[in-house]
Amino acid sequence: MSGPSTYTPKSGFEKWIDQRLPLPRLMHDTMQTFPTPRNLNIWYTFGGILTFCLGVQILTGIVLAMHYVANAGLAFDSVEAIMRDVNYGWLIRYIHSNGASMFFLAVYIHMFRGLYYGSYKAPRELIWIIGVLIYLLMMATAFFGYVLPWGQMSFWGATVITNLFSAIPVVGSHIATWLWGDFAVGDATLNRFFSLHYLLPFIIAGVVGLHIWALHVPGNNNPLGIDVKSPQDTVPFHPYYTVKDAFYLCLFVVVFATFVFYAPNFFGNPDNYQQANPLVTPPDIVPEWYLLPFYAMLRSIPNKLMGVIVMGGAIVTLFFLPWLDTSRVRSCRFRPLMKQFFWAFAVACVILGYCGAQSVDATVAGIPLLWVARLATLYYFLFFWILMPIIGLIETPKKLPASIAQSVLGDTAAAAAE
Amino acid sequence: MRFALRFALAVGLTAVALPALAQEATFDTKRLPVKDGHFEFEGPFGTYDRGALQRGFQVYKEVCAACHGLNHIAFHNLDEEGGPGFTEAQAKAIAAGYKIPADPNDKGEITDDKGNRLTRPGILADKFPSPYPNEEAARANNSGSLPPDLSMIEKAREGGSDYIYSILTGFHMTPPKGFKVTEGKYYNPYFEGWNISMPPPLVADAVTYSDGTKATIEQEAHDVATFLAWASDPKMEERKRTGFGVLVFLVVLSGVLFAAYRKVWADMH
Repeated sequence: MSGPSTYTPKSGFEKWIDQRLPLPRLMHDTMQTFPTPRNLNIWYTFGGILTFCLGVQILTGIVLAMHYVANAGLAFDSVEAIMRDVNYGWLIRYIHSNGASMFFLAVYIHMFRGLYYGSYKAPRELIWIIGVLIYLLMMATAFFGYVLPWGQMSFWGATVITNLFSAIPVVGSHIATWLWGDFAVGDATLNRFFSLHYLLPFIIAGVVGLHIWALHVPGNNNPLGIDVKSPQDTVPFHPYYTVKDAFYLCLFVVVFATFVFYAPNFFGNPDNYQQANPLVTPPDIVPEWYLLPFYAMLRSIPNKLMGVIVMGGAIVTLFFLPWLDTSRVRSCRFRPLMKQFFWAFAVACVILGYCGAQSVDATVAGIPLLWVARLATLYYFLFFWILMPIIGLIETPKKLPASIAQSVLGDTAAAAAE
Repeated sequence: MRFALRFALAVGLTAVALPALAQEATFDTKRLPVKDGHFEFEGPFGTYDRGALQRGFQVYKEVCAACHGLNHIAFHNLDEEGGPGFTEAQAKAIAAGYKIPADPNDKGEITDDKGNRLTRPGILADKFPSPYPNEEAARANNSGSLPPDLSMIEKAREGGSDYIYSILTGFHMTPPKGFKVTEGKYYNPYFEGWNISMPPPLVADAVTYSDGTKATIEQEAHDVATFLAWASDPKMEERKRTGFGVLVFLVVLSGVLFAAYRKVWADMH
């Protein structure tokens, strides 16, 4: 998509197509000859893995929707019928439910990789922003999907999350009622959540198209964070990265399959195998693991409205990231100070996730987790809004290599190649 | 003066009584960690023990079914692969032993002259009938408590089969001194809150096993927990078997892809 096309139609038919709808040209330029930095490591294979995850979720989801009944009285039993009576229904549902967790696992690795190597910095700001949008859409889709089995956690999770909107002054309770389509989470809510759960993945697919389009204009960042300077710095996408992506994707699927076949309910909550009951509140209402850090932030703020603002702010912050980082060096490899704060940030996120999974009054070694979560939340915002702008200005980066080729091949080989 | 004395007495009595009161309130009635039921189906290659499944079914049928439903299980499940291993004829006979609420007869009636619900013998396509016609009837017969349906009990409880085994063998224990068992409830420290509404369901020789296995409480609990694990997860054996094939395939494919990756990249470093 970027730069002059290298496609030459080989047959009369290809020429005919190329003059009318240059789809083969597009595929050739984006997936075959696309010049890609030669030094991309394992963490760069997660883009392809995520595309795979989206495809798996859409395919299994379409089949599940053929058997699922979006009705508060029938949904729970219809899911159980999928597990018991539909041919390979258990397999399709377990792939779909574990697939959501795998999708988020991959997206978190993908995002932390972007953060570490500075992939959000100019000229790739829009790739990052579109990516955050995809992440938001993923969270919404996953939340809607978790409601559909109509188990206890589905129902009470939906109740807790939709009730967050009632924290908005004046119009909050009206918004909640409007979202529910009723005066509480019920059949109307389930139906619209099903509709949205079916719709959003296709919107995600569209936005992923934009994400990849935006990527193909400046091209990939790389672990060194330096620009591609000569053809020696790159290799054609095919076969070099198709084969590398395929290998790591296969390893990823090994992990995926291990969960599906040997621990299919590892990420689940036993309460969700009990049908939704508006009269019985579970002792602990816990969201899925991938939302736990935000849940911990929400709970750590005593005021509900402030909690919602902080939680929302944590995600909104990500949109501003490209301009919060003042450093002229992209990769943390050459940023000795930033590297340490980056890892502290990763630890803070894990701590938040852990705190979100525990009950509000839990303590570890006598320390109330509520305060641990508060400190981690503070660090989350401190990291983006204070540390990042300051470190970029005061840090002395290490010396950057002259080129990607020189870094990979060594001075003499790079010189010989030129 | 008299008032002062009374006041002192009251303070003194409170001082004596308070620790006692406080002690009663300090019970942490969190459920005990589950006991290991030593189930044959654990681990990546574990399969259900057919004998335990059939014995467990007997325990369910003769003991649990009085109060607990099994709404998601059909009689044809009993002769399916990966299940208790009954023959089709046996499953049919089991089904025929149950009375299923009948459809309206040709006069449009669903009750007989005396107002009793018309029934018909079960067939393979039927699911296990509920012990009570509705939730209210279930509660009315169990001092207000609702005996849960057992179709998914293994997946719906933290600890799974070990939890079921622990509950069933966790009765008949002496409560710690000072712990008051709620009226109409039973002491079971493996249950959250320690007060359980279910009366001790199992006694030794509650059932007579036809294969000669001695029916101790532990044996009965182990067998019925195995049966309920299957009821929750009837595709477990197929799942593990398929998974093994899938993983072998993926590992081989990974090897091939790794070789291709190395070859393609051989002269690039």
